[in-house]
Amino acid sequence: MAFAEREIPGDGTLAATFKCPTCGRVIAMLTNPMETQLVSSLGVEIGGRTVPAEPFETISKAVVTGGPAWSSDAQERLSRVPSFVRGMVKKIYGDYAKERGITEITPAVMDTARAELGLEGM
Amino acid sequence: MRTYHQLTDPDRSGLADQIGAQRRRVAEQLAGVQRIVAVMSGKGGVGKSYVTAHLARSLARSGRAVGVLDADFNGPTIPALLQTPPEAAAPAIGLDGVKCVSMGHFLTDGAPLSFTGPPAEGFVWRGAMEAAALREFLGDVKWGPLDFLVLDLPPGMERYLALCDILGAPPAVLTVTIPTAESRDAVRRAMRAAVERGSDLLGIVENMVGPQFPGTAGDDLAREFNAPVIARIPFNPSPSVWDEIPLR
Repeated sequence: MAFAEREIPGDGTLAATFKCPTCGRVIAMLTNPMETQLVSSLGVEIGGRTVPAEPFETISKAVVTGGPAWSSDAQERLSRVPSFVRGMVKKIYGDYAKERGITEITPAVMDTARAELGLEGM
Repeated sequence: MRTYHQLTDPDRSGLADQIGAQRRRVAEQLAGVQRIVAVMSGKGGVGKSYVTAHLARSLARSGRAVGVLDADFNGPTIPALLQTPPEAAAPAIGLDGVKCVSMGHFLTDGAPLSFTGPPAEGFVWRGAMEAAALREFLGDVKWGPLDFLVLDLPPGMERYLALCDILGAPPAVLTVTIPTAESRDAVRRAMRAAVERGSDLLGIVENMVGPQFPGTAGDDLAREFNAPVIARIPFNPSPSVWDEIPLR
């Protein structure tokens, strides 16, 4: 059996399929959300990595930083921040919004915060 | 049917290589660190964070380059004790120039630590996620050259054991206790575990010394483990108390 494909359907589960190079038969290994989470905690990619791990990859992806909600536009903008500072940048915006009673962080909120706090480039 | 260890086909996921890369990353990042010291105790509330912060500051004032890794992810207090500004990159710089990284730098003020993941049976994987966070704090922070990297561990042994596994070698240990017999007995277990893992016991700090907490835990543990009591910290210590520690 040779590894063929990894599928992450987005519901917390993971499927890894393996194919017999001789007969073409395919089998799949399925993990439930708990098992997937355990694999994630190892900081490894099933199927192999194509790029090296980013700094603070697990913390950036898995730690719920708390505070206000993030709009999808704001999340997309945050995703462009280098990963090694993303968690801290997220906290700064979160603290800014919390102090002002802002319940959702949008790109407009980020712009205002950036100007007020002097966070050019974030 | 073959077992895992009988497989000879190439591992397309390269899991062993990925784990190896993680370990190299930690080793490379800590290559400039002369000494790693874990501040630990088997008991909560004895002042580990307080001792860690003041020890780090006193070492910095004596001319050493010092970093603090706040490994108490669920109750991070080092940012407040070192008064780190809300900087955007780790490590932050705190009082007396001490470098610092803490989960407190990643969480909105007051937010508890939680992870994305299946809401049920979180106890199954939560410890593994915290170990992953510790690995990233060790391997992804550009500490630069340090004379000391001091780790503030939470109560209990789990974080210490994870630290030993990630480092590949046991760190030196500084133990904190209060004078009471109850604290002594809890700290004894932790010190035994540290000895069993091969840690170098640097000594014992007896904290909160005074009539409020009578006892002889510091001396008892020192005798039992042949480790020095390097400081006795009263309830309201003067600054000079801390500055004497680096001399010992």
